[in-house]
Amino acid sequence: MNPIAIIAHIGQYFLLLGRVFRKPEKSNVFWTRFFHEVNAIGIGSLGIVAIISIFMGAVITIQAAFGFESPWIPLYAVGLAARDSIILEFSPTIVSLILAGKVGSSIASELGNMRVSEQIDAIDVMGVNSASYLILPKIAASVFIFPFVVTISMFLGHIGGFVLGVAAGVVTPYEFIYGIQYEFRPYNVVYALIKTLFFGFIIPSVSAYHGYYTKGGSLEVGQSSTRAVVYSIIVLLLFNFLLTQLLLA
Amino acid sequence: MIEVRGLSKAFGEKVVLKDFNFTFEQGKSNLIIGESGTGKSVLIKCMVGLILPEQGQVLYHGKDFLTMSYEEQKEVRKQIGMLFQGSALFDSMTVEDNIMFPLTMFTNMTKGEKEARVQFCLDRVNLPQAAKLYPAELSGGMKKRVAIARAIAVKPRYLFCDEPNSGLDPKTSILIDELIKEITLEYDMTTLVITHDMNSVLEIGDKIAFLHKGNKEWEGTRKEILYAENEILSKFVYATKFLQHFRSKLQAEKDSLTKGD
Repeated sequence: MNPIAIIAHIGQYFLLLGRVFRKPEKSNVFWTRFFHEVNAIGIGSLGIVAIISIFMGAVITIQAAFGFESPWIPLYAVGLAARDSIILEFSPTIVSLILAGKVGSSIASELGNMRVSEQIDAIDVMGVNSASYLILPKIAASVFIFPFVVTISMFLGHIGGFVLGVAAGVVTPYEFIYGIQYEFRPYNVVYALIKTLFFGFIIPSVSAYHGYYTKGGSLEVGQSSTRAVVYSIIVLLLFNFLLTQLLLA
Repeated sequence: MIEVRGLSKAFGEKVVLKDFNFTFEQGKSNLIIGESGTGKSVLIKCMVGLILPEQGQVLYHGKDFLTMSYEEQKEVRKQIGMLFQGSALFDSMTVEDNIMFPLTMFTNMTKGEKEARVQFCLDRVNLPQAAKLYPAELSGGMKKRVAIARAIAVKPRYLFCDEPNSGLDPKTSILIDELIKEITLEYDMTTLVITHDMNSVLEIGDKIAFLHKGNKEWEGTRKEILYAENEILSKFVYATKFLQHFRSKLQAEKDSLTKGD
């Protein structure tokens, strides 16, 4: 993609956001759609997030134990390493990348399908701001629910690390619990949740942009969906770097 | 009444509408006809602001839609009911919710009042039992009728129909045409129908404009169209075997009259 096209896309993205953040036509309609999206985006993602978090927590613990096979490193370092990996990077970033795939493709294909079947035109012709009606509840719901999902992921990651790590015999219950409590910095959780708020905005807005401006037919809807995931991930990783630099460096 | 003055639209090098002028009259079915790709749908989309034209005016009761502010445009749009080519029903909603949508967005009706209005609209389009169905459960003709019900739910002043008969069998097409005609008179609306179906033209065309390669080639009524002395229009009008047969009969009658003289 040439630089001019990239600039044009960024400009069009911000113009769309300008339309999205207009006052909703009716607040009760907005709140109904908001809770619907909270359910679809947040509650609907809990299953996959739970499974991934439990097993990734276990794998991180076992890998940490494998790496710390030195008599000079205390065994509680396994819990400590697992804790920091889960809180700093796995739960906020990796879970968000997974959600970019699940939620992003769903948003882009929903809006893309509505675009090609003229449903978005129908909303506009009625005098309803389609961008605000369709996209604003998705962004608001994501920003609201993502921190809860990531917090649950952090908790389940530790549970997975504890239960499966102990079951695998790589760490004792006492040492794991001592490790996750050792020199705990609450700011790490704050940092993770701040990142999550940004990711909660990036994923639905970038995906909605690709879906909203779909042109063509069902083939293009699929392509928009793929582009939505790819660009959401790229922007998410870029912001992950910038926010880490800003908040931790 | 809607007046279109000097409307032009091009996509890159390709000019699809050239200096289009037409007055869409209130209480009448105004038809835009022409072959596929002559700019009919572009015209309707320019008129409702879905596409921005290069130049021209679209006057809704004297006010230019294209120079209005966003909020003013929204007020005009609230008075527009539109029937899309593919019906454009919201597939995640039931028929009832589809028709209720504009009522929820623009009125302060209670749930009971909205349900009563939805049922009235469904009765009007002859689908009294369809409220709880989803669009995927409806036939093409039923979808069009639900779309008409949604369009008339807020009693609009203007009804825009983009190829209302596309993909329908002749019998259902006639039903849709009759419905459009009746509703136009009932609500005294300014109705604009885009079509290339000659049956519709002869059934409901109170005022007709023929578009060819972006130009308005001819303007008249359904009584005049069969006798119009325009070669391009004649080719379009008499494209079907049925109407070719009619023209042959017409010509034979004309010839016999000439001989009789």
